Amino acid sequence: MALRGNLRDFTVTQLLNLINLAHKTGTLVIEGPNEVAKVFFRDGKLSYAQIGQEDNRLAAILHKSNRLTTGQLRAIQLRATHVSDKELGLLLINSGHMTQDDIISAFQACFTDAVRRLFTWVEGFFRFENDMMPPEDRITVRLDLENLIIEGARQLREFEQLQDEIPSLEMALRFTERPGANLQKMNLSVEEWRVVSYINPKNTIQQIASAAKMNDMEIRRIVYGLIQAGLVEIMRLEGSKPAQERSRPNLPVQNREEQKSLVNRLITRIRSI
Amino acid sequence: MQTVKMVVTGPFSAGKTEFIRSVSEIDVVATERKISSDSEKAVKQATTVAMDFGRITVDEDLVLYLFGTPGQKRFDFMWEILSEGMLGFIVMVDSTRPETFREARSILETFRAYAPTPYVVAANKQDVDDSWDLDDMRHALRLDGKVKLLPCVATDKNTVKNVLLELLYSILAEMETNEK
Repeated sequence: MALRGNLRDFTVTQLLNLINLAHKTGTLVIEGPNEVAKVFFRDGKLSYAQIGQEDNRLAAILHKSNRLTTGQLRAIQLRATHVSDKELGLLLINSGHMTQDDIISAFQACFTDAVRRLFTWVEGFFRFENDMMPPEDRITVRLDLENLIIEGARQLREFEQLQDEIPSLEMALRFTERPGANLQKMNLSVEEWRVVSYINPKNTIQQIASAAKMNDMEIRRIVYGLIQAGLVEIMRLEGSKPAQERSRPNLPVQNREEQKSLVNRLITRIRSI
Repeated sequence: MQTVKMVVTGPFSAGKTEFIRSVSEIDVVATERKISSDSEKAVKQATTVAMDFGRITVDEDLVLYLFGTPGQKRFDFMWEILSEGMLGFIVMVDSTRPETFREARSILETFRAYAPTPYVVAANKQDVDDSWDLDDMRHALRLDGKVKLLPCVATDKNTVKNVLLELLYSILAEMETNEK
């Protein structure tokens, strides 16, 4: 079924977060005001990206990353039109002109740049196509999304949106137990590391902000990024309202057995409707 | 006579009135008014301004009341009043309107703060082509894996019954956990 909507309701950062957490495979198509972007994912990792009609062939990407001269690019474009990207890549590697790492890192930089540009898109419709994959002959990569999500969150400027996401600074933070979330692999800024170092179920976000000498906007933006990247989650402050931590249904009888009997009578009645 | 209460909440036009109407044995006492705002009018013609009220008689000693909250933000002063003494609550979310997911999450958190009773989330309009997958909704709503997110069609009695039963099973499970 459809995963579709408007960028006014879901930012690109939030969409990446969803794709990352759900390990989705398919294509995120975003119809912006001027062009259409297609970002491909495999198991929640960035695989390929294309904005508008940009030339995303291997030769063009290697030229953009200064690994091919303009003359070499022209020669390939003129004489190697029938050669697929994968074949061309093998030829360049076998000829000793460049390594596989050179090619992969050029593609990673290109696709990362495309996603970064999408962070500036605030208008447009998106949909996720489960069956759409990049053309067979293209070279794809496998890039973790966490760092991109953190970058996207850094660009969020709207205070109102941040306030919606983190309504109260009197809550605490804890690290998620999500498998695969690894702080060591993240490119965190000094400020983000400072916040991370204070994360503890006994510290409120407000206390972390004071300790890290940050204002409300700064702390909200960093916490938002860490949440979106799936590294931390908001929780009630440890020790606060302990009686309310566990949910308790309100029942008109006090005796435990009578309470159970009452709920079972309700279940029987609802089943019979 | 014992009475228990469940609250059905959720954003504007999530299907709360329909949900209660599907299982209530009395005509739902809906306090609906014509909508004045243009943007809201585009979604539906009338909205609940105070509350919906449905009833399910269990036996001669026990009655279950279902209260639907007004979805519009300007009536949120009623939420705390309605949540008092509730057995549990259901958060209705329209699966075809992702623009309401953030508000649904905020309503859920508000109700959790009013009363930490068991709750379930009902993903309404799961029969519509445009509806979001439950897994995607779970991530978008940031629901913990333990929170029940249930497919629902508010006009279909069977799915509504299932939502109510799942909430009751959660209540029972919660009582057993609290015993330990």
